[in-house]
Amino acid sequence: MSGTETISQARPVESFQSLEDRRVEFPVLNQKVHGCDLVYFDNAATTQKPRRVIDALTYYYEHDNANVHRGIHELSNRASSAYENTRVRAAKFLNARSADEIIFTRGTTEGINLVAQSWGGKFIKAGDKILLTEMEHHSNIVPWQLLAARTGAQLVYLPVTGDRGLLDLSRIDEWLTRDIKLFAMTHISNTLGTVNPVTELCAKARKLGVTTLVDAAQSAGHRKVDVQEIGCDFLVLSSHKMCGPTGVGILYGRLDVLEQTPPYQGGGDMISSVDFFNSTWNKVPHKFEAGTPNIADVIAFGTALDYLDEVGREKIAEHDIELSAYCYAQLAKLPGVRLFGPETGRAGLVSFLLKDVHAHDVVMMADQAGVALRGGHHCNQPLMRKLGVESTARASFYFYNTTAEVDRLIEVLREIQRFFGTV
Amino acid sequence: MFDDLNDLYQQVILDHSKSPRNFFKLEVANRVAEGRNPLCGDQVTVYSLVENEVVREISWQGSGCAISKASASIMTDALKGKTAEQAKELFRNFHDLITTGSSDSKDLNKLAAFGGVNKYPARVKCAILPWHAALATLDGKANIVSTE
Repeated sequence: MSGTETISQARPVESFQSLEDRRVEFPVLNQKVHGCDLVYFDNAATTQKPRRVIDALTYYYEHDNANVHRGIHELSNRASSAYENTRVRAAKFLNARSADEIIFTRGTTEGINLVAQSWGGKFIKAGDKILLTEMEHHSNIVPWQLLAARTGAQLVYLPVTGDRGLLDLSRIDEWLTRDIKLFAMTHISNTLGTVNPVTELCAKARKLGVTTLVDAAQSAGHRKVDVQEIGCDFLVLSSHKMCGPTGVGILYGRLDVLEQTPPYQGGGDMISSVDFFNSTWNKVPHKFEAGTPNIADVIAFGTALDYLDEVGREKIAEHDIELSAYCYAQLAKLPGVRLFGPETGRAGLVSFLLKDVHAHDVVMMADQAGVALRGGHHCNQPLMRKLGVESTARASFYFYNTTAEVDRLIEVLREIQRFFGTV
Repeated sequence: MFDDLNDLYQQVILDHSKSPRNFFKLEVANRVAEGRNPLCGDQVTVYSLVENEVVREISWQGSGCAISKASASIMTDALKGKTAEQAKELFRNFHDLITTGSSDSKDLNKLAAFGGVNKYPARVKCAILPWHAALATLDGKANIVSTE
């Protein structure tokens, strides 16, 4: 048995009265930045890691490190079983029908590139249409542009309506038609905080025979994501945005779709047999995992999944909604503030601009006060152009953030407005 | 709360970022160059009228943070009437100032307000962006220049 399982039982659930009490489990949060208590509000970029995930990495390297799927020795068996256990764990986390539907990648970006190259390379032809939304991250735009350039396919965008940042679903039937071959959509916008109705969109797509991909990078660590309920063909996510290590992601694919999809990269582990001129492929999912995988980080990601289930994804979602609603309301009281995204039902982030203070100045000054924000185009340049801005400041939350931290943000922003003399 | 930042955001910089000088499209320009910082989306276009290697007129348009706007504003004031050689020399001195905090030159005038930038490495690019575009117009290049 892998020792990592022992570690994940280290702390009793009962010791935490509220989500915010769990801050103590995140060593990095307990520090001062520029002499002030750190307020970490850049969780949409990456979340912090609880002690037990950090411990799982160390434990693996100190006790079980070996290559997977090859050895007959004890350490290799332990490493292989911990690695494959995470696959089983991830399947359960996403309610996939089988662990074979879980492919480990480097992250969301690689998952989308895998689908674009392998599935798209086989099924997308000249003149085919790929439907995206105007709120996609660059990682859900550029791989499709590359595919379109290679195949002669055409990209079509479902519009976003103004600063409130909702998909224009009143006209969905004009965009989502039988001509569309693939519909790739984000579950939660990393810039607007919009939560898209992916279940309804996938159901509509399925009726028309359109293949679907859901980008769950911003949702998987924040709310329940059930691939059967959503009914998508593909779903992608990143470990590091959900308490896990960097360098790991999951591509979920429906088994029958994955079986029709050609391999991604060639190499060890993805083959069943190789001769000098021809090879046969290993079965799904190993067909898509060439070379030695990121064993340690995958195993520690398994610990993160256990941890998130212990915290409770429903509770995290409630906390996100409460904190972002509070932040939105407090920001709205600032003079000259422009807020992006829906007023209600938003995910745990708020994008904003202060009149006559550029987002970079806001973010840099907030940093001087210990508040970590993100400023820029958030890898959403086409959307930013549509909104007529070149950048925004963004505060994004996780369950360890508190209303007191939001109050601190507001205090700092008021001070910034005074500094620039804009109020 | 922000006393330390007075070094970076000196009054001259705040003034120029709020009311930028030479902030228009120069219709008589014979050189145009654009600078972009792909990381943050800052964008600046520099228009210049260069005759016999001398900057007769210079203006700019664009959007960005306080540092990049003030830099473009003060730079265009400073470059007017300079020869290409003098402009390059000025840039070398300015570059020294924003990367090391000091410069041998006594002729920086208002550009000396950027003496605090070196302590904030992430902001060096903001201050330099308009200069890259301006120097590109002097070299007769009309390309988009990038700080990345």
